Amino acid sequence: MEFSNRYIVGFALVICLVCSLAVSSTAVALKDKQDANALLDMQTQILRVAGLVDADHKPSAEHAAELFSQIKVLKVSAETGEVLSEDWEFDPKAIIKAAKDQTTSEATTSEAASKARVNRIPKDLMVLHVTDPEKECFVFLLWGNGLWSTLYGYLAVEKDLQTVRGLTFYEQGETPGLGGEVDNPSWKAQWPGKKIFDDAGKVALTVTKFGQVKDPIHQVNGISGATITSKAVGNTMLTWLSEEGYGKFLKRGHANE
Amino acid sequence: MQMNKDTKEILLGPVYLKNPITLQVLGICSALAVTTQLQTAIVMSAALMFVLVGSNVSISLLRNKIPGSIRVITQLAVIASLVIVADQIMKAYLFEVSKQLSVFVGLIITNCIVMGRAEAFAMANPPLKSALDGIGNALGYGALLILVGFFRELLGSGKLLGHVVLPTVNNGGWYNPNGLMVLSPGAFFIIGLLIWAQRSYTSSMQEDH
Repeated sequence: MEFSNRYIVGFALVICLVCSLAVSSTAVALKDKQDANALLDMQTQILRVAGLVDADHKPSAEHAAELFSQIKVLKVSAETGEVLSEDWEFDPKAIIKAAKDQTTSEATTSEAASKARVNRIPKDLMVLHVTDPEKECFVFLLWGNGLWSTLYGYLAVEKDLQTVRGLTFYEQGETPGLGGEVDNPSWKAQWPGKKIFDDAGKVALTVTKFGQVKDPIHQVNGISGATITSKAVGNTMLTWLSEEGYGKFLKRGHANE
Repeated sequence: MQMNKDTKEILLGPVYLKNPITLQVLGICSALAVTTQLQTAIVMSAALMFVLVGSNVSISLLRNKIPGSIRVITQLAVIASLVIVADQIMKAYLFEVSKQLSVFVGLIITNCIVMGRAEAFAMANPPLKSALDGIGNALGYGALLILVGFFRELLGSGKLLGHVVLPTVNNGGWYNPNGLMVLSPGAFFIIGLLIWAQRSYTSSMQEDH
């Protein structure tokens, strides 16, 4: 069948128009629902790591919002550790984005940071303060590169700013069954109770190779068959808890006690 | 409509004798990527069926209107739009699974089965037949994905659909999971074994020596 050039151009335009209409109308129509899903997912992760809901429980959107209303979003200066605001907007994506911008972040220099390939850390960090007196704790956003992917997670620390309450990774693409075990509840169960700083005030919380824990107060046993991911998690901790990350804030908290 | 021989052939042929994965060895990329768990394999198959039926029917409806010179890009535009729609719907209603499938839903666009069926079947057949062809091929793809997912999840993590079947050593059980199964090469072995089994069983598939 022969078609004129005019027909071909017209046909292409109509196809493009129809396709783009279909795509954009679905995207617009479903956006609210998708955003609500993403927010609930993020809130659930935080509530779980902070121990406000059980690890296998998925709260409803209303319940999550209610629990979340007791959490203060602190804006913390990485340089001084000062709390700049207690009423910041909860937007983890903006923090991750800020780390990519030269004007809103600082380049890292430590060895751990270069190993975890955390090249920049935002100047303004987000710390979540769970104010419920019985469950008071702080939750820190952190990330670092594993074998295949960047692992994004939250570390919950008791109000003494020294004892770990829990760790979770909400986004990671490590090998399922090996590195992906960072998300396995039985591995994560090792974390609660570990201490961040040693007696000299240095960050000692880290992950060893499988079966090589010498200092059970600070060290977490790595995952068998996933040495690179295990080390990456350890270096991620060292990076973010050091003075380049949340370290100043943590130290300040100790001084206030 | 009566289920005549022709219809049956179109619908069920691709499930076994003309299976897009084991016979034509198409769609291997996603067959490796999303089959570490049974659930993702099932959802991926459903997403593929949606796209394949949608694209086959749309292309078939347009088949006499599509100028030959921009045929392939037209097919691609239709397929790509359907894939994005499927992805958006999953993000809204199946958030957890869509997180696990991540980019692989988007990669349905490049799945050779979809374009292959559009070009080879829908361009030459009426919509109803094309829809059946889409369903048939998606079933063939899905059946294999689910079969591979079944073995990989069972042997690799000792679970089925997330439920523990073989308690693993890591969790205090007795089963020592096969690490190969959770890696992509594990899927190659299973697909290879399935192709072997199918060819040994069906004499018409054996090549003459």
